[in-house]
Amino acid sequence: MSATTTDPQLSFRRPSGIRTVKNALATIYVIVATVLAVIPLFWVLYTVITKGLRLILTSTWWLQSQRGITPRREGGGAYHAIVGTVEMALICAAIAVPLGILGAIFLIEYAKGTKVARGVSFMVDILSGVPSIVAALFIYALFITILGLGRSAIAVSLALVLLMLPVVLRSTEEMLKLVPQELREASYALGVSKWKTIIRVVIPAAFGGIMTGVMLGLARVMGETAPLLILVSYAVGINFSPTSDTMGALPTMINTGRDQAQQLPGYERVWAAALTLIIIVMLLNLLARAIARASKLKER
Amino acid sequence: MSVTDTDATERVEPEPATAEDPSVSGVVDHSPVSLHSPVPKVVTHRAAVPATIDHAEQAPRGVRLAKISKTGDRIFRSLATTSALAIVLLVLFVGIFLSALALPSLQADQDNFLTSRNWTVAGDQLRFGIAGLLWTTVLSSVLAMAIAVPVAVGVALCLTQYLHKRASGPVSFIVDLLAAVPSIIFGLWGLSVLGPFLAPAAEWLISKIGWIPLFSRGVDPKGSVFVASVVLAIMILPIVTAISRDVFAQTPRDHIEAALALGATRWEVIRTAVLPYGRSGVISASMLGLGRALGETIAVMIILTTPSVGGPFSPSIFAGGETFASKIANNASEFDSPSKTGAFIAAGLVLFVVTFAVNAIARVIAERGGAKS
Repeated sequence: MSATTTDPQLSFRRPSGIRTVKNALATIYVIVATVLAVIPLFWVLYTVITKGLRLILTSTWWLQSQRGITPRREGGGAYHAIVGTVEMALICAAIAVPLGILGAIFLIEYAKGTKVARGVSFMVDILSGVPSIVAALFIYALFITILGLGRSAIAVSLALVLLMLPVVLRSTEEMLKLVPQELREASYALGVSKWKTIIRVVIPAAFGGIMTGVMLGLARVMGETAPLLILVSYAVGINFSPTSDTMGALPTMINTGRDQAQQLPGYERVWAAALTLIIIVMLLNLLARAIARASKLKER
Repeated sequence: MSVTDTDATERVEPEPATAEDPSVSGVVDHSPVSLHSPVPKVVTHRAAVPATIDHAEQAPRGVRLAKISKTGDRIFRSLATTSALAIVLLVLFVGIFLSALALPSLQADQDNFLTSRNWTVAGDQLRFGIAGLLWTTVLSSVLAMAIAVPVAVGVALCLTQYLHKRASGPVSFIVDLLAAVPSIIFGLWGLSVLGPFLAPAAEWLISKIGWIPLFSRGVDPKGSVFVASVVLAIMILPIVTAISRDVFAQTPRDHIEAALALGATRWEVIRTAVLPYGRSGVISASMLGLGRALGETIAVMIILTTPSVGGPFSPSIFAGGETFASKIANNASEFDSPSKTGAFIAAGLVLFVVTFAVNAIARVIAERGGAKS
């Protein structure tokens, strides 16, 4: 920082006082922002764990339903709700995953760079912004008002499809973009037709990324509450049938019990259900990340 | 049928370049030597390759090229196209079906749909309007955006410009994981933990600037729009942070180094190189966050205190209220008559249109801007 050895017109001085202060303020600002952003996750987790941990460590929590249990009584579990949540999410995935992957294949392998692809891509963006309550109302309008069918778990799954589809499609699309063109060309050079190239070469190469998208999509739909409120009634007993009009689910288990007094045993079950839901969703997220990390294709 | 007319081979062997299309593989020779030809001469690398190869004749003896069936390709292609079309139709159907069911109730509405605050949908006389819902929805979402965006930009700057890669990884991970927490849990936490925690701050604000209608005393400080906005801000923080981070990380190294070479401090580098480059990305991310906040249902429904029917309207952020989404979800069990359902679907339709517009604007801004998220 000495100016003695250089041209006297150039001065290598420290930045002036006001500039140093501004720089320091900016540094403090970004650090405070980062600390603020990190706090909520731990705060939420701390709250849910301290209030719900005791119950989920019992075996009855995972093996029994809430049938015959009133808010004033201890006991019962969340088995019915876990079954319902997982079942509805799986039915949703069975529809959303093939549709999402095929849509992404259309965008990248068949229509890349065309106006049609831009239009479809725009619609996918819009779909990813559709609020869950609107998706639920749409299925209500289509299924219950127009087709005259009753409320059911399947209707919930269909509403969830609208929410999961863009997640799967976008992540598949990103992965297909990363598959090297050489792989496709090598396959074509061997005389393999396009569709077989896609199924046997492109999709396997992108498989890790696609699974990541599926996991993230599942995690998203499992935590959704709005479609459950509108399209199915909450059941306290175990029910495997997706066509019946009542089914338990973790979000509705929380929603049904949240209004009761804090001293009642039922209130603790609300937090235990919240912790169960967080555990399932977080596990799916961590799994998605692990798959993404292990995947062969990396960005650049 | 020869192999050349399948899609597969078209990709491997492009048509030989012609004079009209110098971009394919030719080098245009503009040198004055070629005086004899009036048009620029094109030197192609593939001049020797004929337009079509007849494998039956040109393949070496003993090599048999099998025919490739196009049927599989055709089926697969139409499958993919159908899926894409189905997605487009799905979005259009959302708009069409919601409109179709909302229309009869809108026509039967005795009040002005846009300016009325009534919500009488039982019985024959329909009197409903969205003024109150619209106010609470927009107020809570804009407030959430105003809280979340400055924090998200700060975090994104910290992650890309300040922290070492080894430290920024875990921090990004924690912020991303925030997006995984289901919204009902945010609602539960917001009502029972954050609401009481923020109550003193709300009290202080009311005592200082309570004379402004926006900050006047509401009914229940715990179930206020203010608490809902803070929770919404936490919920949209991950998406705004993630997009801003990606955009800032793409700032050209040259711009940053040029600023550093001119003696800029770290903040000046950010102000002159990073922020201008990422501006459109940040705006687009904020709009996406706004779209999320507008449509958020269950967290808002749990936190907000529903005002009593016919009570006085309070524009304050410390009052309760109902958003489009929370109104619909709150009354989900009452969808019994078509006219009643239609009124709620009309509210849902407005929400759909608003989020559609916000998301479309976000996309246009992102596309106009240079940086890709």
